[in-house]
Amino acid sequence: MAMDISEVEEFARKCRVEIVKMVHRAQAGHPGGSLSEIDLISALYATRLRVKPENPDWNDRDRFILSKGHASPGMYAILAEMGFISHEDLKSYRVKGGVCQGHVDMKWCPGVDFSAGSLGMGLSFGMGCAIAAKLDGSNRNAYVMVGDGEIQEGSVWEAAMAATHHELGNLKLFVDCNGIQNDDFCEAQMRMFDIPAKWNAFGWAVKVIDGHDMTSIVEAIDWMDSIQDKPAVVIAKTIKGKGVSFMENNPAFHGAAPSDEQLAQALSELGVEA
Amino acid sequence: MSRMAATRDGYGDALLALSDNPKVVVLEADLGKSTKSLHFRKAHPERTVSCGIGEQNMLLVAAGMASNGYIPFASTFAIFTERAFEQMRNGVARPNLAVHLCGSHGGTHTGTDGSSAQSIEDLAIYRTLPNVVVMHPCDDVSTKALTMQLPDLGKPSYMRTARNKTPVLYDGKEDDIQIGKGVVLREGSDVAIIACGVLVHESLEAAEKLSAEGIEATVVDMHTIKPLDTDLIDALAEKCGAIVTAEDHSVIGGLGGAVAEHVVGSTPVPIEKIGVQDRFGESAGAEEMLEMMGLKSHHICDAVKNVIARKV
Ligand SMILES: Cc1ncc(C[n+]2csc(CCOP(=O)(O)OP(=O)(O)O)c2C)c(N)n1
Ligand SMILES: [Mg+2]
Repeated sequence: MAMDISEVEEFARKCRVEIVKMVHRAQAGHPGGSLSEIDLISALYATRLRVKPENPDWNDRDRFILSKGHASPGMYAILAEMGFISHEDLKSYRVKGGVCQGHVDMKWCPGVDFSAGSLGMGLSFGMGCAIAAKLDGSNRNAYVMVGDGEIQEGSVWEAAMAATHHELGNLKLFVDCNGIQNDDFCEAQMRMFDIPAKWNAFGWAVKVIDGHDMTSIVEAIDWMDSIQDKPAVVIAKTIKGKGVSFMENNPAFHGAAPSDEQLAQALSELGVEA
Repeated sequence: MSRMAATRDGYGDALLALSDNPKVVVLEADLGKSTKSLHFRKAHPERTVSCGIGEQNMLLVAAGMASNGYIPFASTFAIFTERAFEQMRNGVARPNLAVHLCGSHGGTHTGTDGSSAQSIEDLAIYRTLPNVVVMHPCDDVSTKALTMQLPDLGKPSYMRTARNKTPVLYDGKEDDIQIGKGVVLREGSDVAIIACGVLVHESLEAAEKLSAEGIEATVVDMHTIKPLDTDLIDALAEKCGAIVTAEDHSVIGGLGGAVAEHVVGSTPVPIEKIGVQDRFGESAGAEEMLEMMGLKSHHICDAVKNVIARKV
C-alpha cells in the first residue's frame, strides 16, 4: 500500500475512533497504550509492511509482533482497516467466541503473528522469526512493538543481547515510550534513565523520534530498513491516550473504559460528527 | 442476599493490618492496584519495594530480604508469578525462606482478559515444591484470616486470589479459618464435595439442588491445598464413600489431583473431578467462562450422580 503522509494520518485517525469505540463497547480493555502506538503501527502497515490481507498466512510476509498485547484494540483497528478482518469483527472484542480476544492471539485472529499477553516475550519471538527468515533465504523482516514499562522485563535484554550477537539486520523494534505503565508513571514505578543509551550499549542501531509526527515516523521506518548488519530500534516519544484529551498522559486510562459521555466527547475530539 | 466481595480485597486488608509488624515488607511488580497491595504501599511507602515489571527479580529480592529477617509479601497476577517459578523453586523453596507469594486474578473466572491471563495451573505447579504451603480461599474474610497467619508460618507460601466478587461466607467466623484445616460448610452422607475458591459457592448451590432430589452432600471449603487436610478427607471417604472435587483450575495436578493422590493410598473411593479439562480458556465473562469450562453447579450435580453410581 502506498499512501502519502496525510492519508496515513487519516488512516490513524480512523483507527483511533475504532479503539475508543471498542473499549467503550466492552467496558474493559486498554485504550491508553493503543492510542500511543497507533501512529507508529499505522505508518508501518500503510507504507511498508509486505502482507496480503487476502492470504494472511503467506509465509513470506513481513511479521509484526505486538508484544504489548494488551494494546490489542490498536492492532484490531489496523487489521480491520487493512481488510484482514471486518469492521463487524471489531464488535467481538472481549466477547465470547470473538476473533478479537482481550490480548492479541495468533490462534484466533487472522493477521496476528504472535499470541501475546505476557509482557517481555515478543522480542525473543521476533528474533526467532528473523532467524527463520535468514534460514529460508528470505528478505522478509520481523518488526516488534514493545512498551516502555515492558522493557523492564529481563527477558527483553536477553533478546537484545542475542540479536546483536546474531547480527539480525532483519529484526526491527519500536519502543512506545509513553512514560506510563500499569500502576503509575514509569518514573514512579521503575526509573529507566537513558533508554537510548541502553540500546546503544547492547549494540543496536538507535533512533529517537516523535512518535506522533507522521513524517518523522515514515522517515524512521525508511532508516530502520536501511540498516542491514544489525538490529535497529526506533525509540518513539509518545503520549499515552494521544488524541483524546482526558486520556492523554493519564495513568487512569491505561486499562479503563470511557463512560457514555466520555465516549461522546472522545468521538467529537476525533472528528466524528455527532 | 449475602455480602459480595473479592478475595483480593481480603489480601489487601490483611497486608495493611499486618503493617504494625515492622518486619513485614511488600514487593510489587506494577500490579499493586490490582492485587491490592496498594493500600500497604500508600501507608508504608518506605517498606514497599517497587520492582517494575520484573517478576523474576521480585521473587529473589524477596528471598534476600527474608534471609535478612524480613517477612516479604510479593504479589502479581497468578499467571505472572509463574514466570518466576524457577526462582521460587531454587531461590525460595529450596532454602526454605519464608517468602509469601500471592497470585491474584487466578482461574478462568478472571474473564475477558482471555487465556493469557487465566492461570489454570498455578496450584499444581506450586504444590510440587517441597516446603511451600499452597492456598486458595473462597471469600475475603478467609483470605484475610489466612494471610494474617502467614508471618508465623516460618516457611514459603503461595496463595491464589481471584479478581471478581463472590458471596462472603465467613463474616464473624474468622476463627474457623486455620491454614491446613478444611472447613465443613454442610453435612451429608451420600457424597463429599471438596472445593476451593470460586467453586466453593457453586458447590454449595449444587448441594442445595441435590438435596431437593434427596441426595445429601457434605461440602468442604479446602482453602489449603498443601498441606492437605488428609484426616478430614479420610473421614469423609469413610462416611460418604464417594468424592467430587471442584476447582477453577486444570483437572491435572490441582486440588482434584491432590485429593486423588491421597485417597488412592488410604481409603480408595470413587472420585469425579470438576475442573478445566486440559484446555485453555478464552475471552468471556466470568459466569460464561464457568459455564464453558464445565464448572457450574449443574456440572457438579451431574458429577455427583456419576460418582454415586460408581459406589460399590
Ligand atoms: C509479564 C507481565 N507482567 C505484568 C503484566 C500486567 N500488565 C499489563 S499492561 C502492564 C503495563 C505495561 O506498560 P507498558 O509496557 O508501558 O505499556 P503501555 O504503556 O504501552 O500500555 C502491566 C504491568 C503483563 N501483562 N505481563
Ligand atoms: Mg508505557
